Amino acid sequence: MLDYAWLLVAIPLVSGLGLLVWGKEADRFGHLIGTAASAASFVVGLGAFVQLLARPADDRTFSKTLFTWIHAGPFHVDMAYTFDQLAALFVLLITGVGTLIHVYSIGYMAHDARRRRFFAYLNIFIAAMLTLVLASDYLVLFLGWEGVGLASYLLIGFWQHKDSAAQAATKAFVLNRVGDVGMALAIMTAFAQFGTTVISDVNASVSSASTGIATTLGLLLLLGACGKSAQVPLQAWLLDAMEGPTPVSALIHAATMVTAGVYLIVRSNGVFDASETARTAVVIVGVVTLLVGAWIGCTKDDIKKALAGSTMSQIGYMMLAAGLGPAGYAFAIFHLLTHGFFKANLFLGAGSVMHGMNDDVDMRHYGAIRAAMPVTFVTFALGYLAIIGVPPFAGFWSKDKIIETALAQSWWAGLGALIGAGVTAFYMTRLLAMTFLGQKRWLDDVHPHESPRVMTLPLVALAGLSAFGGALAIGGWITDWLAPVTGEVHEHHLPAPAWVISLVVLAVVALGVLLGLRMYAARAIPGETPADREVSIATRAGRQELYGNAINDAVAVRPTRHLVRTLVYVDGAGLDAFVTGVADRLGDSADALRKQQNGFVRSYALSMVTGALVVLAALLAVTLG
Amino acid sequence: MTEYLTLSMLLFTIGAAGVLIRRNAIVIFMCIELMLNATNLAFVSFSRQHGNLDGQVAAFFVMVVAAAEVVVGLAIIVSIYRTRRTTSVDEASLLRF
Repeated sequence: MLDYAWLLVAIPLVSGLGLLVWGKEADRFGHLIGTAASAASFVVGLGAFVQLLARPADDRTFSKTLFTWIHAGPFHVDMAYTFDQLAALFVLLITGVGTLIHVYSIGYMAHDARRRRFFAYLNIFIAAMLTLVLASDYLVLFLGWEGVGLASYLLIGFWQHKDSAAQAATKAFVLNRVGDVGMALAIMTAFAQFGTTVISDVNASVSSASTGIATTLGLLLLLGACGKSAQVPLQAWLLDAMEGPTPVSALIHAATMVTAGVYLIVRSNGVFDASETARTAVVIVGVVTLLVGAWIGCTKDDIKKALAGSTMSQIGYMMLAAGLGPAGYAFAIFHLLTHGFFKANLFLGAGSVMHGMNDDVDMRHYGAIRAAMPVTFVTFALGYLAIIGVPPFAGFWSKDKIIETALAQSWWAGLGALIGAGVTAFYMTRLLAMTFLGQKRWLDDVHPHESPRVMTLPLVALAGLSAFGGALAIGGWITDWLAPVTGEVHEHHLPAPAWVISLVVLAVVALGVLLGLRMYAARAIPGETPADREVSIATRAGRQELYGNAINDAVAVRPTRHLVRTLVYVDGAGLDAFVTGVADRLGDSADALRKQQNGFVRSYALSMVTGALVVLAALLAVTLG
Repeated sequence: MTEYLTLSMLLFTIGAAGVLIRRNAIVIFMCIELMLNATNLAFVSFSRQHGNLDGQVAAFFVMVVAAAEVVVGLAIIVSIYRTRRTTSVDEASLLRF
């Protein structure tokens, strides 16, 4: 299977493009083809993974060159893939969770006239993300990187008739472009310094380069990662991206897209190991984002936006872990996997709730849905327990390890992560209580009902993964598995025994849960969102997404608009005036001259004679003078 | 020699003045012929003066072209007269700005 790992990308790509060009005939079965393609990709990935498992531990990196992509002088890029321990985990996450989301979408998009197109885009998304994680060369990785950007643009703006969706798609695309500039510059720097863009070669040669170059590379890669993973300061697109259909949100947040940034940093571990500054920058970005995301998550009444804030926060945890160096890489990937399980579970659960509530997303209109949608409730609750980190569910194992490692390295990162864990517990309890518990606050003519089997089955599968995903950490399996890629984990000195830290984390989480229950389960919740002046400054700021959009407006959008307006003015009053002015003057003189053609033959004859006389006079003047 | 050339110049000037002044297309046509023949006279005079035949050959060419021109020109004048009942060149002034 390893030899055929390129099929991983090829199958969904061919299926996606095929569905796009096939036309209306494929409307009846397009969704089945799309799902089958994703499932086939998963089977190939599973086969390759099993083969990798069977190999000896020190020989688990499989590379294969398919063909030469670019060959120009010293610049040589091969279309090659590397299927190693890290890529294997990503492939399984992307295709596995991706397939479940495909299945779920069959039910969720059943009444959409453009369902075939939707599945085509989903397939292209999967193919692009797989290209990204399988690439052995930064340039090939960039190909997948941009493909992911394109697919997310198409899917966020899938309901393009809605103005807000079209704007959200554009916003995501533009903000991602900012990150892509960093990524492109990083690739160029790597080539200029080391003469190669092969990932392993760059990571190997960076250790012998100067710290300055390593730092530059690291910061540029971080900028790219910030764009794709919606980290501060490029976080603003993620909440707007909720305009897309809910399965898209699940795909973007769990299996693809936002995980790309974390992948990039872990994959470029050589660069970050060589630069202390770049690592610190990653940790700062991670801590800030995990707190900002949690803050936003606390204040949103829109169930999808609250979950989006939560994604930001969880990706912040991964970034934080990735910034901690070899000790953290494995835990970043571990949390990424468990997060992929429970966040897909939560998003699809939210989609199921919306499905039963006439596509209303306002949690103020929910309440007491538990009885109406039992399967959704139970699976959502499992996802909830996983994300807040209650043992023995998946999130506990990964988040606890991150907090522990962070505390071992710097007290402020650990403290940030600890606070984040408490806030996570609070906002998730709020979300769960407002949606499933308490009193009915349903609008008229809403009759919640359980979603069809095709939607609940993926929920059950994901809930199972959320519950038991932590098993990957049994006996430190995931750390050992990833060690050849990420480097050996050094023993670190904890400020307190590990079990004490775990207890403290659990205590903070319990505090968050209790506070959430007190505020949102014990009390009646108003059916309307309280006006801005009735809530605290912190809530107001959170509702405005900590003024992320206002900052973007002030820093980028408005100056650009002014610049464009000035340029348009200069173009109109300067350049255009000159060009059209010349044409106008020529036209005027032509108007005057054409009066000469008056139709009288004799006047033409007179001008000829005059002309002849003038020529004659000139000849005479020249010969005689 | 001078006499021939003076006569030629005189005839050419009369022809040119006629083209500019007269309105009747037939008369203008005759004046053009006059100019052509004035140049023919000058050609032949110079040919005689230089003692070679170049000028005479040129004069023959002018005659041939003039004959062809008369054929085309008279045909145009006749058809204009048929449609407009006049041969005044000032009347036929439609082709203008």
